[in-house]
Amino acid sequence: MKTNQDFPLIFERSRAGRRALDLPQNDVPTTGKTLPEHLRRQEAAALPEVSQVDLIRHFTALSRRNFGVDNGFYPLGSCTMKYNPKINEDIARIPGFAQIHPEQPPETVQGALQVIYELGRMLSEITAMDEFTLQPAAGAHGELTGLMLIKAYHLHNGDSHKTEVLVPDSAHGTNPASAAMAGFDVVEVKSNMAGLVDLEDLAKKVSDNTAALMLTNPNTLGLFEKDVKEIADIVHAKGGLLYYDGANLNAIMGICRPGDMGFDVVHLNLHKTFSTPHGGGGPGSGPVGVKKPLIPYLPVPTVKQEGQTYTFDYNRPLSIGRVKSFYGNFGVYLKAYAYILAMGPDGLRQASQDAVLNANYLLHQLKECYEVPYPDRCMHEFVISATTQKEYGASALDLAKRLLDFGFHPPTIYFPLIVKEALMIEPTETESKETLDAFVAVMAAIAKEAEETPQALQNAPHHATVSRLDETTAARHPVLKWTGED
Amino acid sequence: MLNEIGVSSAEELFDVIPRELQLGRPLNLPQALSEQELLTHMNALAEKNKRPLSFLGAGAYEHHIPSVVNHILMRSEFYTSYTPYQAEISQGMLQCIFEYQTMIAQITGMDVSNASLYDGATATSEAAFMAVNVTRRNKVLVPWNVHPQTRQVLRTYCNAAGITLIELENQDGLSLQEIIEQSLDHDTAGVILQNPDFFGCIEDLQGIADIVHNNKSLLIASVEPISLALLKPPGQSGVDIAVGDGQSLGNPLSFGGPSLGFMAVKENLLRRMPGRIVGQTKDQDGRRGFVLTLQAREQHIRRQKAMSNICSNQALNALAATVYLATLGKEGFVELATLCMNKAHYAKDLICAIPGFELAFDSPFFCEFAIKCPGNAENIAQQVLQDAQILPGYYLGQEYPELSNGLLIAVTETKTRQDIELLADALAKAAVTGGDLA
Repeated sequence: MKTNQDFPLIFERSRAGRRALDLPQNDVPTTGKTLPEHLRRQEAAALPEVSQVDLIRHFTALSRRNFGVDNGFYPLGSCTMKYNPKINEDIARIPGFAQIHPEQPPETVQGALQVIYELGRMLSEITAMDEFTLQPAAGAHGELTGLMLIKAYHLHNGDSHKTEVLVPDSAHGTNPASAAMAGFDVVEVKSNMAGLVDLEDLAKKVSDNTAALMLTNPNTLGLFEKDVKEIADIVHAKGGLLYYDGANLNAIMGICRPGDMGFDVVHLNLHKTFSTPHGGGGPGSGPVGVKKPLIPYLPVPTVKQEGQTYTFDYNRPLSIGRVKSFYGNFGVYLKAYAYILAMGPDGLRQASQDAVLNANYLLHQLKECYEVPYPDRCMHEFVISATTQKEYGASALDLAKRLLDFGFHPPTIYFPLIVKEALMIEPTETESKETLDAFVAVMAAIAKEAEETPQALQNAPHHATVSRLDETTAARHPVLKWTGED
Repeated sequence: MLNEIGVSSAEELFDVIPRELQLGRPLNLPQALSEQELLTHMNALAEKNKRPLSFLGAGAYEHHIPSVVNHILMRSEFYTSYTPYQAEISQGMLQCIFEYQTMIAQITGMDVSNASLYDGATATSEAAFMAVNVTRRNKVLVPWNVHPQTRQVLRTYCNAAGITLIELENQDGLSLQEIIEQSLDHDTAGVILQNPDFFGCIEDLQGIADIVHNNKSLLIASVEPISLALLKPPGQSGVDIAVGDGQSLGNPLSFGGPSLGFMAVKENLLRRMPGRIVGQTKDQDGRRGFVLTLQAREQHIRRQKAMSNICSNQALNALAATVYLATLGKEGFVELATLCMNKAHYAKDLICAIPGFELAFDSPFFCEFAIKCPGNAENIAQQVLQDAQILPGYYLGQEYPELSNGLLIAVTETKTRQDIELLADALAKAAVTGGDLA
């Protein structure tokens, strides 16, 4: 696999005059000067010049230097890397979906509007919310949208003093970042010894200024916040709202619902829970659902049904406005719609049950050789700690890099922040027992290596296309584009 | 597995969830469909969407997508991977993004690009936030000729963050530069322009850049990537932050999403830029490799002090853009843009030769232009759709009441001479009968 040569960039494969595509001949009369000289580009952009076969080989070779769910087990905690059904890729490419323009008159895109309407209804049922917007493009975008809704709601009620958003210390980094972006001050709430929201600390931090509490349930330790009702009561008593970060919804579909727990606003990650592929970092889709009192603030437009036809509703005077062009990542949420139809109510419940079963099985097996900071049962994910291994000289990062040698994608590392040397493991429901057992065997072998030959981990990976990469130099002397010099 | 864990049933694993919170009934959703049934259902829905000959643009453009683009996107090593946190087994995607960043820098003439944002409108909003952070001022100016949806998203973002957004209106007898000059003050963080503007008009930004910089404000320009093959790039017009929507680079219309937002900036703004960035480095054996870099700007490190909350972006769409630009190549990119421009100008000539039709603005344009119709443009567009099954363009009156006779027409390489002549014929006929629908 390894060679000593640099893998070429597409620019380094370029030879003057080569082309990968022929364009149609110009078939219209040209009238000469269309663009004044001072507006014209003087020098053509230095795009690569390659033949089609060289282009295909370049990107095919690059794909082989990448690892997806289709290549192997991907237990990346809080990312829900489940299998992505292939039929959904075909569906998103049906010309009647892929080739419609967002500004077409509604009567010419009734199928698309029906998808938007019905998906909103289905997500409402799954989460016990009253209405959804599908506009947000990703989870963090959903958070920002949800917080904007909360802000608009409080302002409309004359509560301009509600400027604080409470965020547990175990929360995803996007939570505080989104709150700050929406113009809120962030107040951190501690976790207790059991890994759950510390109710005493919450009672101390909550006040009349509390706009909302953002909560992930199950939380990022994979633990169900069993006091969620009480938490909701504490926040609601002060006029605050409860925000549900849907990153971990995969644990509870058809079993319990955020709306029944007291949540007022929910965002979902369709690229996690609803099987749409993550695309190497997007596109995602982060729909936001709300309880009735917040419906008036949803982004414009929404889709409504009138008899047999679907229309856009722009007449929403209290709306926060638009958060994205057009109607969100249609091509993504179309796949989530297909996934829900393929799974049905029983299939979704089964998925969550299997996800939790797989996680508990792994947790039980890994307890043998790794420290488990919260030994209780888990939901769909759990956290182990490499503190013991660290004492031998092998950190969580070293462990992760060593896993690459065995064909596994490593877990999420160094998160949540409240666990030292954290490895956060989420197997998902789509993995077989055999895959889990193979992972356990490798993890056990690595634990042994850490004890006996930690340097083997420090220098890992040994069998990837490149060896350990120097991130420090990359940040200190940024090289962010090809310049033709080395 | 249950035995190993020490429980008697899978249900028992959920005992930690209080009884009263458990749903206790099946979700009220349609029963599961087999793959075959699902496909039948989805095809039936797709059939309800019509695809007439279309001259719609207004921020989403129909271009031919070379076959190779989809074949690469279908490599599931790419599309089933997560954000490349583990660089050593993600060199494929990381290198693609590095190539993407290089190409965006090349076409915009800017110094550095990030790895993509959600779309053009949110990229513009992120740029506005960036200007506020960099200048420590709190006001952003945006004129009427920036895409209405971009302005709407800006309004939403700025409103939440407490940034003052000043929307400049057109004033008879004043140039855009004069209008901006009047409005700049010591609290202005940035000025947002679009070029070509929403109506397709091309302007030289250098003069505006000079007055914006004299005021120690930043100039943000939203640009259309294919037009950059022919137009003076923002990097040579004094622009500090170039943004735009990359849909036209190999991404299908898909009812408006997913596309990608791009952002490229001057070197001095690099560390203030939001979003993922891929950087080049070496491995332990001295070989070139790529990693996500400058992460100290990002939410997972900085939490509430991050430059932005963005996490997932539009990586696969950026990959499409990369393959698309590499497929066209240096010559093809210019040829394609020239084709679009020629066809658009032919369409303009034909339409403006019809009695009652004229160009709405007397400015150079690329592949999109605004016309004034001899009557309400919405009625005329409806008539054209009804009689000729053609979508003739975007009705400008919906966002600009003073332009109720206005139609914005986009012509790309996908339209043949015959298509364009059909459009002109249909408009001519509708102009005669179009009033009937009013």
